[in-house]
Amino acid sequence: MWFVNVWDELDFWLMSAVILAPVAFALALLFIPSRRTEFIRWFTLIGTLVTLVFTSFLFIDFLRWTDQHVTNPDRQAQLLPARIDAQLANYYRGAPAALSNDLVARKGWIGRFHIDYAIGVDGISMAMLLLSAVIFVLAFLASWKNTKAVRGYCILFLILESGVMGLFLSLDFFLFYVFFEAMLVPMYFLIGYWGGPRREYAAIKFFLYTLLGSILILVAMLALYYVDLQPYYKNLVAAAQGKERFSPEVFRRDAFLGLAGDRYDAGEFKSPVNTFDLIVLGQAAQASTQLESNIARIEEQLRDRSEDQALHQQLEVAEQQKLHWQAMSPQFQLFCFILLFLGFAIKVPIVPLHTWLPDAHVEAPTPISMILSAILLKTGAYGILRIAVPLCPWAAEQLAWVVGLLGIIAIVYGALVALAQTNLKRLIAYSSISHMGYVILGIAVWSAPEGAQYWSWAMKGAVFQMIAHAITSAGMFYVAGLVYERVGHYDLNRMGGLATPMPTWAGLSTVIFLGAMGLPLLCGFIGEFCVLLGTWNFRPSAWPAAGQVFTMVAAGTLVLSAAYILWALQRMLMGTRQEHTRLDDLDGREGFIATTLAILTIMLGIWPMLVFDWLEPTLTGLVQLLAQVTAR
Amino acid sequence: MSSTTLQLDFPASSLVGDVIALIPELVLLAAMLLLLVLRLVPAFDRWHLGFVSLIACAVAWLVSSLQWLSFPLASSPIAHDLFSGMLVMDGLAAWSRMLILGAATLTILLTLLSKVPDQEDSADFHVLLLGGTVGMCLMTMAQHFLMVYVAVEMASVPSYVLAGFLKGKRQGSEAALKYVVYGGAASGLMLYGISLICGRLGTGYLPDICLSIHTLLQSGGLELYYWLALSMILLGLSFKLSLVPMHFWCPDVFAGAAAEVGAYLSIVSKAAALALLGRIVLLFMGGLPGMTVTNVHAWTYLAPSLSLALVIVAAVTCTWGNLAAYPQTDLKRFWAYSTIAHAGYLVMPLATLTREGLAAALVYLVPYIVMNLGVFAIVCFVRNATHREDIAGLAGLGTRSPVLAVTLGIFIIGLVGLPPLAGFIGKYEVFVVLYQQGQAQHRPALLVLLGIGVINTLISLGYYGRLLKVAWFEPPVETVPLAIPFRQKLFVMALALLIVIGIFFWDALTTWGGIVAVSGFQAKQ
Repeated sequence: MWFVNVWDELDFWLMSAVILAPVAFALALLFIPSRRTEFIRWFTLIGTLVTLVFTSFLFIDFLRWTDQHVTNPDRQAQLLPARIDAQLANYYRGAPAALSNDLVARKGWIGRFHIDYAIGVDGISMAMLLLSAVIFVLAFLASWKNTKAVRGYCILFLILESGVMGLFLSLDFFLFYVFFEAMLVPMYFLIGYWGGPRREYAAIKFFLYTLLGSILILVAMLALYYVDLQPYYKNLVAAAQGKERFSPEVFRRDAFLGLAGDRYDAGEFKSPVNTFDLIVLGQAAQASTQLESNIARIEEQLRDRSEDQALHQQLEVAEQQKLHWQAMSPQFQLFCFILLFLGFAIKVPIVPLHTWLPDAHVEAPTPISMILSAILLKTGAYGILRIAVPLCPWAAEQLAWVVGLLGIIAIVYGALVALAQTNLKRLIAYSSISHMGYVILGIAVWSAPEGAQYWSWAMKGAVFQMIAHAITSAGMFYVAGLVYERVGHYDLNRMGGLATPMPTWAGLSTVIFLGAMGLPLLCGFIGEFCVLLGTWNFRPSAWPAAGQVFTMVAAGTLVLSAAYILWALQRMLMGTRQEHTRLDDLDGREGFIATTLAILTIMLGIWPMLVFDWLEPTLTGLVQLLAQVTAR
Repeated sequence: MSSTTLQLDFPASSLVGDVIALIPELVLLAAMLLLLVLRLVPAFDRWHLGFVSLIACAVAWLVSSLQWLSFPLASSPIAHDLFSGMLVMDGLAAWSRMLILGAATLTILLTLLSKVPDQEDSADFHVLLLGGTVGMCLMTMAQHFLMVYVAVEMASVPSYVLAGFLKGKRQGSEAALKYVVYGGAASGLMLYGISLICGRLGTGYLPDICLSIHTLLQSGGLELYYWLALSMILLGLSFKLSLVPMHFWCPDVFAGAAAEVGAYLSIVSKAAALALLGRIVLLFMGGLPGMTVTNVHAWTYLAPSLSLALVIVAAVTCTWGNLAAYPQTDLKRFWAYSTIAHAGYLVMPLATLTREGLAAALVYLVPYIVMNLGVFAIVCFVRNATHREDIAGLAGLGTRSPVLAVTLGIFIIGLVGLPPLAGFIGKYEVFVVLYQQGQAQHRPALLVLLGIGVINTLISLGYYGRLLKVAWFEPPVETVPLAIPFRQKLFVMALALLIVIGIFFWDALTTWGGIVAVSGFQAKQ
């Protein structure tokens, strides 16, 4: 009976519930008459809260998992690849595959292309899931006063949430892509229908840019799918040989198609071996990269000791292996990495590709701006971290300094342009570009393997910065929206004197803005500091001084960042203005949202271990893995 | 359903068996006769006779589905020659015929919902519609050049009349005349090509022709003569598919004819033409099972030019259709160019010249039929409510009729091919087969074509997005809600639902609709 398995596979159902809950509420909304707006609002709020509750359950489960494994010597058991390997090993030991609570699950979906509904959680995705669930609740509270087509708004809002949750949970590239695109359409309508005066232009620009990005990703995805993993597969078979219940056919099915049951008859398994599984693709790419690194190392040693016959022999063996192993050649990795990076860079956005962002932000309604900056930008960075880097480690390492340089350019450019803005929302949008640059920089500063611990600091900093920036930018857009509701414009030059009539608003805004600025004891500081800490030791062979230069430039930009934030605060709060003396301060709902964001800003600032504690094993493991395979 | 329990399976080649295979067409023919008789009886003047054709078409569709189901998922290809080889019943014929009849049934349902032929004209209109459908069914089964020509003409002639069916409308008559002139020229061209080949080889039976051509190829390539004939035949077929350079009729005819006819031409006729084109291409490439010669020579001598020609045609058609759709203001012209662009996508996988390519095109066809029917239905319903058929007439649809606007959004995003809507299935299959075959056959042109297809997706978003923008974001001309009857809403909602949930049936669609449908052909050696 299928329902008996429900308790065995609780993790599968829990993760699916996180994806399906919002869309289920959206479906139910279709049957509620659109004139009952108040009911629809409460219903949607409950929908986002239910998702938050499911996500919290998942988080608790994840913490339990972390507690069980972090004390063990094998910290890498935290990593998704390790968990999937363990699942497979269990399978061959005869343990029922369904009985798993390791937060990795899969079911077959499209057999012809070996596509699975594969979902799983590790530290990075858990952080993003929790963050999204919270931001969606707050953003929905922030849209309480929307009166235009409330039901349609709520339905799109919930569909968007499903897309985001699914994206952060997927372990299958195809599934990831489907969710990545599924976010696009709701966002287009949310900007284009509920936005400001130039909303149509902004919406179509957003749509076109993002579609361009996802098409690049699609091409890379196809290319990666058609990599023949035969050699990698043979290695796996060799490793698994002799285990109980081992049969190459079944093994191949399960290793590459997931534990998908008996949909496939043996006849289908002729060469070549293809998969969309992110973990398998990553492992194959890493194995291939390891081989490249080995050859490079031996060749370097040979330069000193050209007489050493043993080395020559090693080189020969390695070259032989390489002949059989053309799956993920360096050129191919380079090709895929550039496509993937460009695709995700549009979403982040990285500087030459950023022009959609200010328009989209200015025109989007306040809650949608919150989601756009807090979550959708993170999907780009998440894609780089989860897909572009692990799937093309060789290329990522070679291009690390280019990526880092792009991050630095984004940091500086965003800050400079923000300084020149008079529109408050535009200023925040450019500050987003600047702050997302730190995330890219943190991911890029690849130091292997001597400096791996520095890189892991930068990595942790990057993920922390993703969280911190989500909180502060959502907060900044929210307080900006509050001003707009009261004074009717975003023009900084015409603001001023807002502190007197709205003291609560002024206090909370100050906390949030200073948090974004990177003031110590507030959350923005931790992420940027960790990233810079790691950056200093970044010494790519192409440009050994890159780390120091990057650090100095980025640290110098902190001054610019302070300048535009403080200047903006000054223009908003200080002075007096006759027409602003009678503005209302925050009501309960508004106060709740702003206070929550301000409290998060402070809490993460003084107690970052709240996040680092469970984020750390995953990131350290990932860095170790990647540093190992590129070690020369 | 196994073939033993189903008597609709094809018995050994006997006249009875052949007739059984043709039951769907016979049902349609009977309905046509019935309609013509009823037309003569004055008592039926007050009836709208469309229901006769709806029932007949639905029955025919049902029978063809049962016949389709009797094709097992067998590894060995099945093909039955009917009527001493004039027709063939294989996976391709059965599948495309089911699609054609299903699409025709839905189109007839649409005409009944939008009431375009009024009761006075209903009998004439539906006789023509059914007649064209019979021709299209035969197109999918034809295995003899004579039959090919007869089927194409049988599909075309009723279409010419349907295009001018709106009496007293100058534009409609002009459209019909243009269609006849272009169509006549195209079919003349094709007939000339056919006569060249048949005259030289002494037969019109396609497998024999292919055999002879392969023998010729074995002894060192084809004369110019055959190339000329082949390109004439392909040009004639590309008229039916509205491929550049034979696409000029399409916007004018769509703009002049009723939108219902446009729907019919853009989905039913496309499906038939695609199946026929696919069959001819695959046969020339030696895809026939049991052919004693290997198809190596076809791949050496024929493939480079044929593939390149199809690549160029597909790329130009797709790009031209997408670009020309930008400046349109008339809704029906707009959809005509969109149809042209999609014809380009449909031909793209055929450029691989393999049965995998045909399978991808057939998979592409299924969501395309549903989505295109949906957008034409919306054009009809909006026209009924507002008497406008221009893009500006859609302004404010989001507030005037949310149901139509939402479904329009779903169809459009599906046509762009974004996941998770079903339109993505087709786009994905096409791109995948291009990539795969481009690698496998070492044909960079296919990879370039993939790039063009990808870029075209982006281009198409521009003009589709404009339509969405008009429908959703522009202020309405009038604020009165549109009076759309519930059954019309139900129709578009049902189609939209198919598009939304379609992605969950991906496996079924590719297995049954793609792989099995082409199982009658040999894989590339």
